[in-house]
Amino acid sequence: MAAKTGSSRAVVTLPADTQIQITREFDAPRHLVYRAWTTPELITRWWAGDRGEVTSIEVDLRPGGKWRYAMRANPGFEVAFHGEHLEVVENERVVRTEIFEMAPDAEAVSTTTFTESGGKTTVTILVQHTSKEHRDAHLNSGMEDGLQEAMDHLEQVIASLR
Amino acid sequence: MPRVPTTADAFNAVAEPRRRQILDLLAARERAVGDLAALLGVTQPLVSKHLRVLREVGLVEVRDDGRRRLYRLDGRPLKPIHDWVKGYEQTWSERFDQLDVVLAELSEQEQQDGSQDRQ
Repeated sequence: MAAKTGSSRAVVTLPADTQIQITREFDAPRHLVYRAWTTPELITRWWAGDRGEVTSIEVDLRPGGKWRYAMRANPGFEVAFHGEHLEVVENERVVRTEIFEMAPDAEAVSTTTFTESGGKTTVTILVQHTSKEHRDAHLNSGMEDGLQEAMDHLEQVIASLR
Repeated sequence: MPRVPTTADAFNAVAEPRRRQILDLLAARERAVGDLAALLGVTQPLVSKHLRVLREVGLVEVRDDGRRRLYRLDGRPLKPIHDWVKGYEQTWSERFDQLDVVLAELSEQEQQDGSQDRQ
């Protein structure tokens, strides 16, 4: 197996007051990244990150099809997102609505694109909110564990990968 | 509808591009309103308005220097913003680290399947 060249970091930018963009490169061809991204049994293995256990993943991958992801977060409460697929282009692009169930008024539209270059695949997620307030609340949703604790977790994950 | 300039917190204060320019200029050194207006090519009242917002959230301090009032940056309120975006980034980094493991398995599986097909 090739030596792992250190996991690249997710890069989060705020292109506009109502947007969040997340970018990350993966060392795999895009049809595999797309499969891992859209297949429930595979999503179950990565979506909770280091923050808890995935409890349910439903994906009806076609325009008009619904999706719902749920996980039990570390402090013991369930966190769930759901929405509807708007556009599905295999191996290229998935556009869907996203509702965080603890803030059901804030419906966002996310566009995930997969681009391959030299055997590596870049995933870009652009999340479009309807207001800056909703965008800001969405960003805050990642903060429940606190930054320092998250850093500690990450160090453990990296150590375990070596 | 143009957004009402909000003074609620540093997050809103730096959401405005012109205010970020002012912060950049003040990061270099303290300056008077007229100095900022000339550098930005805008009117003094406009700069004063932005400075008021920045002062209210503690990003800018002012002191009297004879007849002039000099403004300078206090970056401390920016730290939560930095941490805030970094925290969100952290969530995704954790997910993606797990996804790396899944992808390594899928790649290996595909290579095995490929070599079986050729047999």
